[in-house]
Amino acid sequence: MEKFVTHVGTGVPLRRSNVDTDQIIPAVYLKRVTRSGFEDGLFAAWRSDPDFVLNQPEFKNGTILVAGADFGTGSSREHAVWALQNYGFKVVISSRFADIFRGNSQKGGLLTILLSQSEVEDLWVAIEANPALAITVNLEAKTVSYGEQLIAFEIDDYVRWRLMEGLDDIGLTLGNSDSIDAFESKRAAHKPKTLPIRA
Amino acid sequence: MGKTLAEKIWQEHVVRAKEGEPDLIYIDLHLIHEVTSPQAFDGLRLSNRKVRRPDLTIATEDHNVPTQNINLPIADPVSKLQVDTLRANCAEFGVRIHSLGDAEQGIVHVVGPQLGLTQPGLTIVCGDSHTSTHGAFGALAFGIGTSEVEHVLATQTLPLQRPKTMAINVNGKLKPGVTSKDIILAIIAKIGTGGGQGYVIEYRGEAIRNLSMEARMTVCNMSIEAGARAGLIAPDETTFAYIKGKPHAPEDFDAAVQYWKTLFTDADAKFDVEVDLNADELEPFVTWGTNPGQGVFLNANVPNPADIADAEERGAAERALVYMGLTAGQPMKSVAIDTVFLGSCTNGRIEDLRAAAEILKGRKISTSLRMLVVPGSARVRLQAEAEGLDKVFIDSGAEWRNAGCSMCLGMNPDQLKPEERSASTSNRNFEGRQGKGGRTHLVSPLVAAATALRGTLSSPADL
Repeated sequence: MEKFVTHVGTGVPLRRSNVDTDQIIPAVYLKRVTRSGFEDGLFAAWRSDPDFVLNQPEFKNGTILVAGADFGTGSSREHAVWALQNYGFKVVISSRFADIFRGNSQKGGLLTILLSQSEVEDLWVAIEANPALAITVNLEAKTVSYGEQLIAFEIDDYVRWRLMEGLDDIGLTLGNSDSIDAFESKRAAHKPKTLPIRA
Repeated sequence: MGKTLAEKIWQEHVVRAKEGEPDLIYIDLHLIHEVTSPQAFDGLRLSNRKVRRPDLTIATEDHNVPTQNINLPIADPVSKLQVDTLRANCAEFGVRIHSLGDAEQGIVHVVGPQLGLTQPGLTIVCGDSHTSTHGAFGALAFGIGTSEVEHVLATQTLPLQRPKTMAINVNGKLKPGVTSKDIILAIIAKIGTGGGQGYVIEYRGEAIRNLSMEARMTVCNMSIEAGARAGLIAPDETTFAYIKGKPHAPEDFDAAVQYWKTLFTDADAKFDVEVDLNADELEPFVTWGTNPGQGVFLNANVPNPADIADAEERGAAERALVYMGLTAGQPMKSVAIDTVFLGSCTNGRIEDLRAAAEILKGRKISTSLRMLVVPGSARVRLQAEAEGLDKVFIDSGAEWRNAGCSMCLGMNPDQLKPEERSASTSNRNFEGRQGKGGRTHLVSPLVAAATALRGTLSSPADL
């Protein structure tokens, strides 16, 4: 995973709430067996509308998506994170994220930032007034800044450390293999096993 | 102070706890399907890792598979590649798989319980958000992403933040014709699609205790539509009786039951949030919009966005009505349907098929629509055929299909066309969920069957 410390980019205002995973990437685009190439499915249905924000030339190269509440509701498809990253997004800002989407984003190094709804709305207004507005996200300082504005955000310290170091969870967990071995040696005998197959 | 059921199960699975870090939680059962696993197996190969516990892992093919002509190769080459990749990965890593054509193939959340692998007190994960279904047995079960699938394959654990707990008390008794699907749709309409975010929900109360095991699965299944990663119900005699005799039921059943009986929320435990719902007041429910929280009683009218105080919600409602092609104030029962879909991990089990068949028996579905009946698993299909339900469906004019996720998410050829309208027993009415431009109304199997007969959204009471 790439380290994330700071990012400077332009924003894309997505004035919609409940942006579910079927909007982020419809199921028919989930058939690849790789982690790349999902950008073609990103917001596929909405992108067929010429008025959709990503079809506006001034927002085409934005890297910070600013969305309405309840972003990422629905399925557990990590493809939603990959589609956003494959398209070029580094950060998503919303006033509320679905749990599984947020977890997935943190695994893959896409920074999801929680701001209040009024802060999101201020950001929408500022980006729409000036699409070239430079927005700085500083994970180390836990701030989002643009123009004269400096907004602090909260993020779990452990998650922040992992993102800043670009650490792989599996490697960290395997460092504790002894604890897993010890736990397994005490598991109850009645717990089910898939093998051998019983009919 | 006592503990909630979720807290008890959590505590029993902590492999390692350290201040300032997520708890490392042991996973008892890992379910796998073709869509969210290929990149995880790839990751194992790249790092030269193996599957730590193939004996706690099981795979099946569900999202992509066709429900017709299953003896032929899968026509869509990309779907075929994904299914073939799963088969190859399972062979390489020694994971048990139930492929198309096998009696145990089917939707992963139908397969686990029918094999008796889903049991109280377990931690169960799957790269699918409807893993919450298994919570009906008093298991802590939740959906995970592909990175986490890889993590579980490699370590049989997950680092997780401890969730908050929410109790939803469903008191009183359901009226005839009102089902567990109506309970959960009413809950989502009440607390919203984000209401359960960060929580594990425990469903409690008389109406929940009176539900069958399969009806409980319907409730827990849609916890995710309320924003909660997991929903659970304390196990009781109904649970034990359902597991008994299943292929993977514990050999020492009595010892297991002894343990299962400890799995309840202590009387003095405290939930972070409690919500009450009165079952007596419920009626058949239906969604009118494009998120599962946008629902009303079937007897009601399409809401008027102008009546919604919250600006954000009002805007969402306005957009939803445009997408759905509905007018504010229009009676829900006047809405004409093109396709009825009976199936999915929400309502594709044998009891669901029985309930719908009971209504369709000796009658013909409306000539203005088609009805797809897709059993949740090949085993459910066999059981239905043994009971003659297939004949009831076919004689009424419905299509009797093979098992899979099918039109719930339209990843296989079973899709809605643009502006085609469905009454669907599935779980999501998102824009384009069942096919680009398709319009979905979520309903119970009873409402689905009655709607199939009348051509417009209907309940059995309208027949």
